[in-house]
Amino acid sequence: MSERTSGDAPRSKAQGWRQHWFWWTVTLGALAPLAWLGWRAWQGALGVDPVNTINNETGRAALIVLFLSLACTPLNILFGLRKVLTVRKSLGLIAFVYAALHLANFIALDYAFAFDLILHDAVLTMPYILAGSLALLILAPLAITSTRGWMRRLGRNWKRLHQLVYVAGVLAVLHFLWQAKAAERDEPLLYAAVLTFLLLVRVPPVRHWLVMQRTRFHRHKLPLPRAVGQPKPAE
Amino acid sequence: MVKISPAEITPEHIFLNRRRFMAAAGMVAGSVALAACSPATLNRSEAPAANVEPALTVALGPDQLPAALAHAEPTAGAAQDELGDPLNTFHEITNYNNFYEFSTNKEAVASEAANFKPYPWQVAVTGLVNKPMTLSIEDIYRRYPQEERIYRLRCVEAWSMVIPWIGFPIAALLNDVEPKPEAKYVKFITVYRPEEMRGQRSAILEWPYQEGLRLDEAMHPLAILATGMYGKPLTNQQGAPVRLVVPWKYGFKSIKSVVTIELTDTIPATTWNTAAPHEYGFYANVNPQVDHPRWSQASERRIGETGRRDTLMFNGYEDEVAYLYEGMDLTRSF
Repeated sequence: MSERTSGDAPRSKAQGWRQHWFWWTVTLGALAPLAWLGWRAWQGALGVDPVNTINNETGRAALIVLFLSLACTPLNILFGLRKVLTVRKSLGLIAFVYAALHLANFIALDYAFAFDLILHDAVLTMPYILAGSLALLILAPLAITSTRGWMRRLGRNWKRLHQLVYVAGVLAVLHFLWQAKAAERDEPLLYAAVLTFLLLVRVPPVRHWLVMQRTRFHRHKLPLPRAVGQPKPAE
Repeated sequence: MVKISPAEITPEHIFLNRRRFMAAAGMVAGSVALAACSPATLNRSEAPAANVEPALTVALGPDQLPAALAHAEPTAGAAQDELGDPLNTFHEITNYNNFYEFSTNKEAVASEAANFKPYPWQVAVTGLVNKPMTLSIEDIYRRYPQEERIYRLRCVEAWSMVIPWIGFPIAALLNDVEPKPEAKYVKFITVYRPEEMRGQRSAILEWPYQEGLRLDEAMHPLAILATGMYGKPLTNQQGAPVRLVVPWKYGFKSIKSVVTIELTDTIPATTWNTAAPHEYGFYANVNPQVDHPRWSQASERRIGETGRRDTLMFNGYEDEVAYLYEGMDLTRSF
């Protein structure tokens, strides 16, 4: 299956910018919010409540980048854009970095390592904290096993393991939705809608139907429609 | 046949124009006081200008303000509250505001509120009283000595500040209108100006914002109507020109930009209670033992600090106000 080999960073510098501009642009783009946050932290320009600013921006970035990573496969299914599959892994890893920073901010700056309070406040009274923590707990092993070596070692289980990313996505959206006030649910609901769409595209009958539509549409361009699950032609 | 109220028939643009017209009238009234206006503007607004207090300018100068509010630079009588915690800065207090009439983004409220016009301003005190009154903001300055109150503000979102308000006990005003014996509650209403308050143009909450207190709560000497902060008149984002401050309750009880104070015999509907009754009660007393359904109220973060501090019962005003709630189950009456 194409997932096995497509998510990697460029292997050789010799292949050059021409081949990897897309990977670099997307990867650096996904890291830009972090750079911007870091710059303002350095300048002391994170607003009246820097803890809240860091919390909001890392949380939002984690969700959006995770969704971009989840959008790669649907984009390929819908439009046959195989190039987007090359950024899936780096997007997933960057989403994990944002989520980890989000939690680190919560523990270190918001609660200043008062673990008794964290236990009381977060775990016992805030279900959305549990959902968020669980999402991060799922993303961590996925980040660790994202390397080529782990892929080889885990074999077909690698894919099974990494399908947990969908669970993490759902938990992350729940986390965002549950903490929002009634008056502020538009954004989390939009994320929920996007996630639903991204997951729907993967449901085998839907996916199959979409691929059929695409290949029919492009028949005059593509000599042979590639069936779902069949390996890509060698690059 | 479907019944339609007259308010629904008035086309919005006429309604809005009327608002603008009134605002312009206020501007001119101010200009009259300054004796520096063009004849053209004067002529056009002679009639409405007669309805407004002529002693107002759009930006109140030190000569129109009580001494407590006439400072050019932020100033406070003390550097800390009675518990020894430092005041939050003027910048922090005026750039971190929950005022959904302007924006749900606390740090965007200040700029969104820049075009709000708090002068001229009138507050109607009505309902179950013997002497209903309508007070202009200058009447309020004139009648009630303005004093500084350094209070903690605890937001229901679990952050807090220490703020040097300027204001006066609302009890003084309530005594002046002479509540009737059957008056049990006080209802407060924020101004409704969707043309100046963009948040009011969307249905995120029911507008205008409405709050309420039991009459004995409102009569408590710690409950004030604030007109200023740090020795200056309230900024728009803080609820200019006059707002409620009830320091032992979560911040959303301290309604901003008040135009109506009405005494009632039934418990008033309050905006957040209407929006989410299981999350926001009528009392909304700061209480570390009663959690919000979705988060803990046991701790809070002071703006400007990292780490948490314990939330105090009644926000640290327990000795002063606890008697108001004797015998009540605060878990149920939250």
